[in-house]
Amino acid sequence: MSLIHEAFNKAKSENRAALIAYLPAGFPTIEGSTKIMQEMLNNGVDLVEIGVPYSDPLMDGPIIQQAVDIALHNKTGIKEVMQIVKEVSQTGKPVLTMSYWSPIEKWGVEKYAQQMNQSGGVGVITPDLPPDESDLWITATDQNKIDRVFVVAPSSSEERLKLVTNKVTGFVYAASLMGVTGTRTEVSSRAEELVKRIRVHTQLPVAVGLGVSTSEQAHEVAKFADGVIVGSAFVKAILEQPDLSKAVAAVVQLSKDFARGVRKD
Amino acid sequence: MTTFLQDLKKIDEETGHFGQFGGRFVPEALISALDQLEDEYLKAAADPKFNEDFQNLLKDYVGRPSPLTEARNFSKHAGGARVFLKREDLNHTGSHKINNVIGQALLTVRMGKKRIIAETGAGQHGVATATAAALFGLECVIYMGEEDTVRQSLNVARMKLLGATVVPVTTGTKTLKDAINEAMRDWVTNVESTHYLLGTVAGPHPFPTIGRNFHSIMGVEARQQILEKTGKLPTAVTACVGGGSNAIGLFHPFILDKDVQLHGYEAAGDGIETGRHAATLSGGTIGILHGTRSYVLQDENGQTLPSHSISAGLDYPGVGPEHAWLKDTGRAFYHPITDTEAMDAFSLLSRTEGIIPAIETAHAIAGTVKLGKELGKDAVIIINCSGRGDKDVETAAKWFKITSNS
Repeated sequence: MSLIHEAFNKAKSENRAALIAYLPAGFPTIEGSTKIMQEMLNNGVDLVEIGVPYSDPLMDGPIIQQAVDIALHNKTGIKEVMQIVKEVSQTGKPVLTMSYWSPIEKWGVEKYAQQMNQSGGVGVITPDLPPDESDLWITATDQNKIDRVFVVAPSSSEERLKLVTNKVTGFVYAASLMGVTGTRTEVSSRAEELVKRIRVHTQLPVAVGLGVSTSEQAHEVAKFADGVIVGSAFVKAILEQPDLSKAVAAVVQLSKDFARGVRKD
Repeated sequence: MTTFLQDLKKIDEETGHFGQFGGRFVPEALISALDQLEDEYLKAAADPKFNEDFQNLLKDYVGRPSPLTEARNFSKHAGGARVFLKREDLNHTGSHKINNVIGQALLTVRMGKKRIIAETGAGQHGVATATAAALFGLECVIYMGEEDTVRQSLNVARMKLLGATVVPVTTGTKTLKDAINEAMRDWVTNVESTHYLLGTVAGPHPFPTIGRNFHSIMGVEARQQILEKTGKLPTAVTACVGGGSNAIGLFHPFILDKDVQLHGYEAAGDGIETGRHAATLSGGTIGILHGTRSYVLQDENGQTLPSHSISAGLDYPGVGPEHAWLKDTGRAFYHPITDTEAMDAFSLLSRTEGIIPAIETAHAIAGTVKLGKELGKDAVIIINCSGRGDKDVETAAKWFKITSNS
């Protein structure tokens, strides 16, 4: 069983949803992102998604765009991402990367999957790679024992849900709403319905992301999903703390809050 | 040509692949909207009523067919070749962009959507979209790079007069590329009520195919007009290439005419060797940008590199996938034209023919000067005069250091 599924099973056995945190690699600095993700995993986060910075992040709202700009300014390329994956993986917890398709295709599909494996990474989320275009990716990830995560949305038809979930091996990423990443004041009512529709097609864990920014919202989502994904809320906390040690402290506190939030009871 | 016919089989109109180029690299959230657009387009294309409405609007509103004007004075500067201008500059709103906009606006109405959004570089597509929105009673939001709102301020005012909201985009390079990013973000949020009226033949399937088909009217007319005027097909057809909409519209109806050369002229800015350019096909590599696989200006990490051109409409680090395919199959040729060459041609056409072209178009004029000299006086060349230069007067005045006293 993959580390990803072990993490979901463990959370389930503890009557909670898995807590998944996102952070762009190289933000606020290359060393800082490594340190922060290690601390997240030591303080209640079950899985991390390391974002590969990309110049045209058209699924991301202003908060993550700002972080990605900083990461690119810090010259965070795929080589640096792999080094971060390696260091964060040493926690023994599952480390995924999340990347727009352009960087992976340019770097080399096979090479990327291979280097993920060599760095100790266990999965890759590809938010703008539809399964229709993913033949090479499927071969490369299968050969290198890297789990695939695809994203589905409230607008996905039943036919698409079936097609997409069939190609997933890690967990299904359910976008809670139609829109870009960012903090929201409430969880979209469409999230629960989408999770139900996904479960018709797959036994794999389903994690909900987009707009989950408080521990209360995480609790709402944990009632119906196997995993809760938090991104912008962490990024925002770091943006507000220019000093790294204060940023780490803020993230540790947030991780603990969210870890309490994802309890189902 | 036999090998080209083999290559033609590598076009899959259903999935939007031109050989290895094209396709769809977008979030799953947008797939249903792209499917809906494709379905509606296919239904519309088979519907005589739609075609009648489209043709009538092109005739009575846009002013088609646009003339094919022989540029006799300009000819001397192009090796004596006979040169004809396909006068898209005379269309309502001043460029070829309106052809695709009218088509997609009709599709928007058929889909029951009430709001259209668009990106714009030079502002020509934005103006055309704002115009169609006014005509069809649709809400309209235009995303435009902040840098472009400055260099094309006249078009910003036009869009506002037409009732559109213009959103200056301050992220990234503050030009066309980032305007597309913002439009995509709006679309993924409001996709159920909104149609994204993408202005070029790039982007995810079906945009490159739909845009090309609506723009093909230019090539269809030009082919007929040149046969009437000269009794034969032209030696070459030429156009400027940014995303590639005016070029593909002119080229496509000539693709099977194996003796007609197709030449596209890209914006080389300060020169390809300086790195400050927007000549994607001449100086780029294969990659992904804005949902399609094509030639892109990018680094080894897949990061898009900033493009540069004096022309806001060509200042784009990507290009439509069908052009990438035409390049790789050898059916069309693409050449770089620097800012200086384009501005010289801008001046040349103005002074020889009394036609002030858009700076985008001036790249094709400059290219044709060179091509005419190569092909010689027996050649017949059609240039897509894709837009008029009114919007560029300020930029040109600055370039040529024209003041009210000189």
